[in-house]
Amino acid sequence: MMIRIDHGRIVDPANDIDRVDSVYIAGGKIVSVTDEPAGFKPDTVIDASDKIVCPGFIDLSTRLRDMGHSRKATFKSEVLAAAAAGVTTLCLQPDTAPVIDTPAVVELIKELAEKADYPQIYAVGALTQKLEGSELSSMLSLKQAGCIAVGNANEPVKNLLILRRAMEYAASHDLLLMFRPNDFDLGNNGCAHEGAVATRYGLPSIPEAAETIALAQCLELAELTGCRVHFGQLSCKRSVIKIHQAKKYGLKVSADVAIHQLHLTENDMKPFDSAYHVLPPLRTEDDKQYLRQGLAGGTINSICSDHQPHDLDAKLGAFPETEPGMSSLETLLPLMLKLVSQHAITLEQGIACLSANPARVLRLDSGALTPGFAADVCVFDPELEWQVNSVNWKSQGVNTPFWGQTLKGRVTHTLQAGKIIHRLIERG
Amino acid sequence: MTDNLQLNAEGKLKHFLTIEGLDKTLLTEILDTAESFAGMSEHQVKKVPLLRGKTIVNLFFENSTRTRTTFELAATRLSADVINMNIATSATSKGESLLDTIRNLESMFVDMFVVRHALSGAAHFIAQQTAPHISVINAGDGQHAHPTQAMLDMFTIRQLKPDFSNLRVAIIGDILHSRVARSEIQALNTLGAAEVRVIASKTLLPAHVESLGVTVSHNLTEGLKDIDVVMMLRLQKERMTSALLPSESEYFKCFGLTEEKLKIAKPDAIVMHPGPINRGVEIDSKVADGPQSVILKQVSNGIAVRMAIMAMAMQTATHTVHGDRHAGSLPTSGIHTIPGDRHAGSLPACDIHTIPGDKGAV
Repeated sequence: MMIRIDHGRIVDPANDIDRVDSVYIAGGKIVSVTDEPAGFKPDTVIDASDKIVCPGFIDLSTRLRDMGHSRKATFKSEVLAAAAAGVTTLCLQPDTAPVIDTPAVVELIKELAEKADYPQIYAVGALTQKLEGSELSSMLSLKQAGCIAVGNANEPVKNLLILRRAMEYAASHDLLLMFRPNDFDLGNNGCAHEGAVATRYGLPSIPEAAETIALAQCLELAELTGCRVHFGQLSCKRSVIKIHQAKKYGLKVSADVAIHQLHLTENDMKPFDSAYHVLPPLRTEDDKQYLRQGLAGGTINSICSDHQPHDLDAKLGAFPETEPGMSSLETLLPLMLKLVSQHAITLEQGIACLSANPARVLRLDSGALTPGFAADVCVFDPELEWQVNSVNWKSQGVNTPFWGQTLKGRVTHTLQAGKIIHRLIERG
Repeated sequence: MTDNLQLNAEGKLKHFLTIEGLDKTLLTEILDTAESFAGMSEHQVKKVPLLRGKTIVNLFFENSTRTRTTFELAATRLSADVINMNIATSATSKGESLLDTIRNLESMFVDMFVVRHALSGAAHFIAQQTAPHISVINAGDGQHAHPTQAMLDMFTIRQLKPDFSNLRVAIIGDILHSRVARSEIQALNTLGAAEVRVIASKTLLPAHVESLGVTVSHNLTEGLKDIDVVMMLRLQKERMTSALLPSESEYFKCFGLTEEKLKIAKPDAIVMHPGPINRGVEIDSKVADGPQSVILKQVSNGIAVRMAIMAMAMQTATHTVHGDRHAGSLPTSGIHTIPGDRHAGSLPACDIHTIPGDKGAV
């Protein structure tokens, strides 16, 4: 199977390419982005005129539900959303039901991924058994079964001695720790940012310190243990400052931010609208600006979707009792492009944050259009406007605050290892 | 951010969920309407047929005696049929969701829900989800709002100190967890009070409390200076076990209102409390039962104010204010029943009429 993508503007940050050219794909791999290889006879030609051709996106934090949570979403429903979003590789957080703490669950996930025709789903193994924060998981077995990293999802490891040992053990097996900093006690069962809005609506609130203290502790332990740490879904200014200082100091750490944190603040919350209920909570304008600067300056190197689809019931109730999280795969690209049009970052940076940089975090030979790499490619029309509605939406979770809005930028083709897994069918 | 959910297309009250987003004119209208109801309670026959044929459900997911009783009395005096539901001991304990409870009650042709719930935003949620003809009155949701309590307190203040623009009000105690405080602050600011001051230790104040439009003091002795209205809040016992306060006795020492401390406020200051009071914790008995206390007046005013809000939300309120703003004064016109009219919604916008034979009416 040979595919040629013609006339597109190729943006490949890892290889420093930004020009109109053709991409040649054969045997599931990138063959060339310059000259036509000898004897190349494409079975399929994709016309990418006025479109951007870039590496397929790598999402560092996704929930696909399924298994015990299949009423919220399934692999089958969510891989369609991922493909439509241009995402070709994704990391599944370990808080599935059952938790990813045994090789058997990893095997089950691989099986579900194969059945859904979307093989590039990487499981993040649980750092502690059942994510309970008390006993180490069998990290080596998890790694051998295919886990790309370990983490404790949103669950706390309250005892720092246990966290230290878990990090030492992970470091012994050269495993990456994916850490969402959150001090459980300081969080105090809150559901909104501790600020003027939560005060006005009487919502139980979470201070920034719940994030920054957990972050500072983990940075100390990263130095002590030598464990590689990637900090996920940062939400506030002081976290950006702390990561910046740690990197300057020489620690091998990296960080990502969820796409919605770069656009929404506490002030955007409509009164008691559960679509805005996320963890970490939407914070202030100042935090948002710092997160954007952190991205532009490279302190934060990746953007994740933090996709968390829910069934309707999960979001129907008084705000504090609704479940947190947004369905956010499909808004990932348009919201990244909005950062570009608002001059927060360049297009090249935006694409790198979704491909080359997360590939580096995960040490994958991916995230670039390098000859020999698997042909994970995203073709998108940066000008195409579309409405977030039930006609266009693929995810089973409709829990997005952008519902009904018209967004700009849409994926037209997604290729995973040379296979076209998404092709936009335009109506009319 | 305004809360238009509460108003219908004509800008009239449809639900009463929070003070936020309601303007001074509307709050004044509530107070004026309440005034026309206020004298009624002292009559032998205490009913008007404004809500005859209407069904009101008191939906209490949290225990309450005072609020529920005054809502029930208010509804009864408007001639509505009232059903009390204590959900704390009912459906939700069997696993029924909030929405299912509402749907089931809707199917029983209910016209109004009076809701109390332990979670902020519960009343908003019900108002958004419920059938369009149903009005929702918030009788307290989590730490968010308790707007009828605020209005009955405004009513009580206005009886004694009619000019809000000169008023300095201190709210003392657990502001952080208090829905009453949030609603009082919004009502006082909307009605143009000169100053709203909150007095508490930092552990009992929410973040950015000044953004609510208040000044802050951590010291009762300093904070009570120049104050016209002293509002005490109830201190929940669980604040001691969650490390917000060391002990009841230390709290009383710092923030308990005694006769001596009350002297720091203006000599004619009034003392209020939404109840139930903890004697010897936030307030000394001598003050609670003393001449400056209006605590029991607040309770009786609760009936008239809740009647006014219920009637207005059902679009049936009639305006019977005749320039006299003092409590106990009655509308000067006669009060008669309306023969044959079964639909309160179609009542003429004229004086309130009473049941024949009510000797106290004229």
